[in-house]
Amino acid sequence: MEKRNLTCIGCPMGCQITVEMDGEKIVSVTGNTCPIGDKYARQEVTKPERTVTSTVVVRGGSGPRVSVKTKGNIPKSMIFQCMEEIDRVRVEAPVRIGDVIVKNVCGTGVDVVATRNID
Amino acid sequence: MTSYDIVIVGGGPAGLAAAVAARDAGVESILIIERDKELGGILNQCIHNGFGLHTFKEELTGPEYAYRFEEQVLQRKIEYKLDTMVMDISHDKVVTAMNRTDGMFQIRAGAVILAMGCRERPRGALNIPGYRPAGIYSAGTAQRLVNIEGYMPGKEVVILGSGDIGLIMARRMTLEGAKVKVVAELMPFSGGLKRNIVQCLDDYGIPLKLSHTVVDIEGKERVKAVTIAEVGPDMKPIAGTEVRYTCDTLLLSTGLIPENELSRGCGVEMNPVTSGPFVNERLETSIPGVFACGNVLHVHDLVDFVSEEAARAGANAARYVQEGEGAGEAGEEVRLVATDGARYTVPSTIHVNRMDDLLTVRFRVGAVFKDSYVSVYLDDERVQHMKKRIMAPGEMEQVILQKKQLAARPGLKTVTIKIEAQ
Repeated sequence: MEKRNLTCIGCPMGCQITVEMDGEKIVSVTGNTCPIGDKYARQEVTKPERTVTSTVVVRGGSGPRVSVKTKGNIPKSMIFQCMEEIDRVRVEAPVRIGDVIVKNVCGTGVDVVATRNID
Repeated sequence: MTSYDIVIVGGGPAGLAAAVAARDAGVESILIIERDKELGGILNQCIHNGFGLHTFKEELTGPEYAYRFEEQVLQRKIEYKLDTMVMDISHDKVVTAMNRTDGMFQIRAGAVILAMGCRERPRGALNIPGYRPAGIYSAGTAQRLVNIEGYMPGKEVVILGSGDIGLIMARRMTLEGAKVKVVAELMPFSGGLKRNIVQCLDDYGIPLKLSHTVVDIEGKERVKAVTIAEVGPDMKPIAGTEVRYTCDTLLLSTGLIPENELSRGCGVEMNPVTSGPFVNERLETSIPGVFACGNVLHVHDLVDFVSEEAARAGANAARYVQEGEGAGEAGEEVRLVATDGARYTVPSTIHVNRMDDLLTVRFRVGAVFKDSYVSVYLDDERVQHMKKRIMAPGEMEQVILQKKQLAARPGLKTVTIKIEAQ
């Protein structure tokens, strides 16, 4: 049986949670001291997701870079793949907050959008 | 001399929120003075998300959060000057500033709002032995280089200090292809948020070494290696625990210091614990008509609280210019005392008869407390006793005082906030 150790991010307690897995199946969640930890641990071991933020080169703008984010969460395992795709992009100024910079990044179904205005 | 009813020093989150609140309270003549080339302050380089959960009920990145407020300033046509440095604020509220187009100029202010933010503690303040090569940056400088200028400060990185900016930069540098080898923290606990430790370090397998510090920096032109060692309870390095890391970059994330040169020059009384001004229930400093808010007052961990605090300062400054100094007979002053684990309070004094019905008092604890109580005493009587599962120095705490409770005790001298085991 596989054991996964996690630190809960639900509050500053930072409970050390142990999840026992039988293949894909969660056998037990221990170490958490409230239901937030249980929920967090189950999500983390089955479908961990993150929002990725980075910057993209802008041409002809008031600054050399525009900050961007994935509009929603993407699978944690795809963070570096997404970074590679984001790094390859070049955009022309002006850029407005919310403009789509990369559509459906790495086939995740999530767009990468601008998070600041560059004139 | 030009004059404005309210001059706000700093166009970051505090300055912007203060300006909006002051305008909404009816003050037309407002000027924001910002030294950078754009409004928004440090938020512009904080491209990660997690801002605004309290204010907007959604997770925004720093630039998005800043723009929400910038937009409000623009809609209200509030005046601002960019690329302009305030050099001096006099005791009678004459603001001396300079920029490339106007040269040096003076403005008479009816009220001043200090919103200058804070600065990172530099290497010079840390007494790290070793050479002084290139490649040593404060985490915030590295953040600006990577996120705004588009430069990578280095490829192999050691980070001293586990403040949030250091943690955020550990992830950011990793995503951009650098190898972050270790984060060393002098204290036995991290000053950063749990979420950042997990999502910026654990996610990328970056070790966090608590009770460790840098004992040597090698390299003459450029950093070549950094040696860290464990420290004992006396905070001194323990011989034999040294580990050497080859690297080209050392980032420092060892604390933030409110930037109060102007406040000191103006003569406001300073709180040695926060390094910010002492303020009363209106967030007014010891000089009537000079208000303070945001990180220049005390370092916050959430920008939402900065915005809320700054809006209060803005509204109070508006009331000051509209009603004059005598606004609402001040009456008796009650002193706020932080003790037994509570390090400070903001505000530090209250005039009961002019406080709002509910007053939020913010404070920090000096160590990690588990299953302890936050207690509030009015003189010797305990009136609040709240159990907290955990309190840590990195997370700001608050209590809410009720005016009616304070007003019911004429002659009240002190409100004490302390941490109790039972």
